[in-house]
Amino acid sequence: MKYIFYYLIFPGFLFSAVIGLLAGWIDRKVTARLQWRIGPPWHQNFTDIIKLLGKETIIPEGARFTFLFSPYLGLISAVLVTTYLGRSMISPLESFSGDLIVFFYLLAIPALALIIGASASRNPLASVGASREMKLVLAYELPFILAIVAVIIRSNGVIQLGQIIRQQLFFGSNIFSFSGFLGFLVALFCIQAKLGIGLFDIAEADQEIMCGTLIEYSGLPLAIFKLTKAIMFYTLPLFIIVLFLGRDLTPVFLIAKYLMLLGIVILIKNTNPRLRIDQALKFFWRVPTLLGVIAVILALFGL
Amino acid sequence: MDIIKKAFTKSIWVFHLSVGSCNNCDIEILDCFTPRFDLERFGIQLIGSARHADALLITGAMNKKSVPRMKKVYEQVPKPCVVVACGTCACSQHMFRFSYNVAEPLDKILPVDVYIPGCPPKPEAIIAGIVKAMDKIKKGK
Repeated sequence: MKYIFYYLIFPGFLFSAVIGLLAGWIDRKVTARLQWRIGPPWHQNFTDIIKLLGKETIIPEGARFTFLFSPYLGLISAVLVTTYLGRSMISPLESFSGDLIVFFYLLAIPALALIIGASASRNPLASVGASREMKLVLAYELPFILAIVAVIIRSNGVIQLGQIIRQQLFFGSNIFSFSGFLGFLVALFCIQAKLGIGLFDIAEADQEIMCGTLIEYSGLPLAIFKLTKAIMFYTLPLFIIVLFLGRDLTPVFLIAKYLMLLGIVILIKNTNPRLRIDQALKFFWRVPTLLGVIAVILALFGL
Repeated sequence: MDIIKKAFTKSIWVFHLSVGSCNNCDIEILDCFTPRFDLERFGIQLIGSARHADALLITGAMNKKSVPRMKKVYEQVPKPCVVVACGTCACSQHMFRFSYNVAEPLDKILPVDVYIPGCPPKPEAIIAGIVKAMDKIKKGK
């Protein structure tokens, strides 16, 4: 009963969806203000979701059952990550050893769900989007692992979220060391690629391949994909905060840190054009991977 | 049901379909999303895929080749959706009326909900047309 409450209401589905949609609104509003527009009202993303619930769901001819199954797969795993992250922030002692590995796999599932859904939809543009998403996953996962490994080494090699939070509580946030700072930079780029915004809006390129992976979705499944994206928009910055800025996790500081991260991501998004997929691949395998390796080596030396 | 209808009026995603226009209407439509007019205030977005669309914005006097394609796109849009004829060409074929390659007027092919006349219509006229579309949804389309 308690776990159902955790999963559906407080650190889980409802809470994260509301915060994620509000964060999405902040993104749209700041973008609009940067372009000298007014921007949508605060409830715009909620309105979009509610509207999509009232639309017809069209299933393309010959689509497999994975077409309707994959949105739920993505949502379920995103909510699971959020719930667990929230719980281990509230009570760090509840976390179990090796949970970061679970995290890492669960965070990859929403992208996989996109790929599965797009491949099931039998649309050529969706398949282009799916192949791009796949390449992007290959590109960003390695530096992301390296950044996390640097953090793990800094907390004496314990693969446990609660332990990482405790370590930072005693010895200061990871970002204020050399390895932590490099890891933070790497992770910042990786979450942008995971969210698929700004520089790395490659798989879902609106103007180029018409929403790519999402092109055949309408109605409820599209709403679920949007919700998944909103939840990831809440979870990933939070994850970065816990890993690198985890010293003070009281609500006021947490919100301030979250807004700061959001601001950085939005500014990068608005001042840079979208990369091509080969440029993104080159970028990730050269700069962040190298930085990640340096971060791991520095962490091994205790810097 | 009511809240969904209300949400529909506040978040119209537009799929812009040109069936042989001279590009003037298309430029004016893009003008609606510039800082001066900023239709995103009302939740209106241009969207790439017809599957996401709530409104089909059709510009141009359609020629015989583009009619079957247009019907196909209309079938791809999930219902309920609004069909908007933008520009005099789409409304009444304008000066192409007796042209050899032009098909029937738009409203004999698709159920048009809103007409926006003008050659090209000003952004103000397009916004007025969108308000009309909202009213039509509210009255229960």
